[in-house]
Amino acid sequence: MSAVVGKAESLRDAYGKALLELGEKDPNLVALDADLSGSTRTVLFGQKFPDRFFNVGVMEPTMMSMAAGLALQGRTVYASTFAVFAAGQAYNFVRQSICYNRANVKIVATHGGLLVGPDGGTHQMIEDIGLMRGLPGMTVVVPADAPTARAATFAVAERDGPAYVRLTRENLPTVTDGSFRLGKAAELRSGSDLTIVAVGALVARGLEVAEELAKVGISTRVLDLASVKPFDAPALLRAARDTGALLVLEEHSVLTGVGALVASTTSENYPVPVRRVGVPDVFGESGEAWALLDRYGMSKERIRDEAWELLRVRGKVQ
Amino acid sequence: MTYAAQSGHPGGSLSVTDLITALVFHELRIDPSRPDWPERDRLVLSKGHASPALYAALALRGFFPREELASFRTLGSRLQGHVDRTKLPYIEASTGCLGQGIGMAVGMALDARLRKAPQRVYAVLGDGECQAGPTWEALMAGGHYRLSNLVAILDRNGLETDGPTESIMGIEPIGEKFRAFRYHTVEIDGHDFLQILDALDEARRTTDGPTAIVARTVKGKGVSFMEGKHQFHGKPPNKAEAEQALAELARAPGGAA
Repeated sequence: MSAVVGKAESLRDAYGKALLELGEKDPNLVALDADLSGSTRTVLFGQKFPDRFFNVGVMEPTMMSMAAGLALQGRTVYASTFAVFAAGQAYNFVRQSICYNRANVKIVATHGGLLVGPDGGTHQMIEDIGLMRGLPGMTVVVPADAPTARAATFAVAERDGPAYVRLTRENLPTVTDGSFRLGKAAELRSGSDLTIVAVGALVARGLEVAEELAKVGISTRVLDLASVKPFDAPALLRAARDTGALLVLEEHSVLTGVGALVASTTSENYPVPVRRVGVPDVFGESGEAWALLDRYGMSKERIRDEAWELLRVRGKVQ
Repeated sequence: MTYAAQSGHPGGSLSVTDLITALVFHELRIDPSRPDWPERDRLVLSKGHASPALYAALALRGFFPREELASFRTLGSRLQGHVDRTKLPYIEASTGCLGQGIGMAVGMALDARLRKAPQRVYAVLGDGECQAGPTWEALMAGGHYRLSNLVAILDRNGLETDGPTESIMGIEPIGEKFRAFRYHTVEIDGHDFLQILDALDEARRTTDGPTAIVARTVKGKGVSFMEGKHQFHGKPPNKAEAEQALAELARAPGGAA
């Protein structure tokens, strides 16, 4: 662990505790889970408020339509399961029952991305950011650490309407001060030669690479784009103007994720070279979680290589 | 409406019209002057393609002007092809993609029970929809939570887009299925108002769990050339057909003629 990142903590625990606090403050809040409450940590809420907790078993699509029905009666609803079930299995229920109905449902999905590890490719959801970002009216947040997971849990409650929060199974090192705000990117490191834009588990790797580059005189800005929708277009375009090149890191398919968002935003407004590090157009496989990131093109070495390539393109190094 | 729009689902709208009429004009505690009255009963049209039946009933009940019916399915209309709660008063849930409305109804009924509100929730399902897995997920949940304020009404017209349900993917014995999912189940003729009202009364008297009403109906009911024809599931009548249909419906008991 380098000095730029803090102790690894559970995003899921942070969510579970935040949900419990929300439940104490708001008697109108209810939560649902689909037989994974121990893993998603909604169990903490369920133990304290059994009357307001519905563990519906393995019926993720109907968990979403039930959540919508509860929300249409005026309740704030949190619904949790793994990302592959929330965004995949239940997609059209999230689309019609929740988003089309403008239902006040907060989907907090755990186990996003390759970091699911040994469960393998069936359970490693690498398309969810794209799927959820494409839904009209949906708020999308991808926290990089436990403090942001906690802050995001509160932030989505304050905004009426549907939201999707993507958490990881693995504990992640703390990289933010938890001052997350919807629509705002967090500048975790200032810099002028290059900007790394990252979400989720790869924010810490981005900071580590930035630290290494600093040792050889390269000044790298690092933006945490946890608020994917709404996203901080001014911060992205400022970074494009100030540093002239953007490197995007995400533990998600590069076809439809944050890289696609950054590339389209800059190309329409302030074209600069953009490179994307993420999962190529393939499914994952079983393996140790962090080794999977290395295997599927998200190693620190790969990030460093892409950074140097951008610096060469911009003529900042030979 | 479907003739004017030259699209839509006349068959399944006509089969469910008597059920919708009984609900909107008799059973539901609703008030057109206060469509957002919090304690109103909820009606979720899970078979959202039968929107013309619900639109006509709501307009006649005074929720919006009758003249607006002619705008069905046209650009800018509040009368979307499938019911949309964000556009029209007393549409409780936007539906259309099947297997979702019943889940929303279960969520609403859970909320009413949590609040100890007298509110009742009625979900109207299509029979093709009973081929969808999530329909049974939601029905299972309603039975599991013993939601006595929930009534699932099945418009059993026997036909879906491509033909008879029983030759495409059979759902029978449907009454037994509801019973197995812990529903007090009543099977009726869905065009006999006395049977419909009796079944709804029976649902009110059932306090230990949800009720299912299997209403045997005729697709295209009241229009001779549409009755029992799956071809009019998602196809509007042409001009001559529309004129004949309106004339036949006007001559029917309670019709305009």
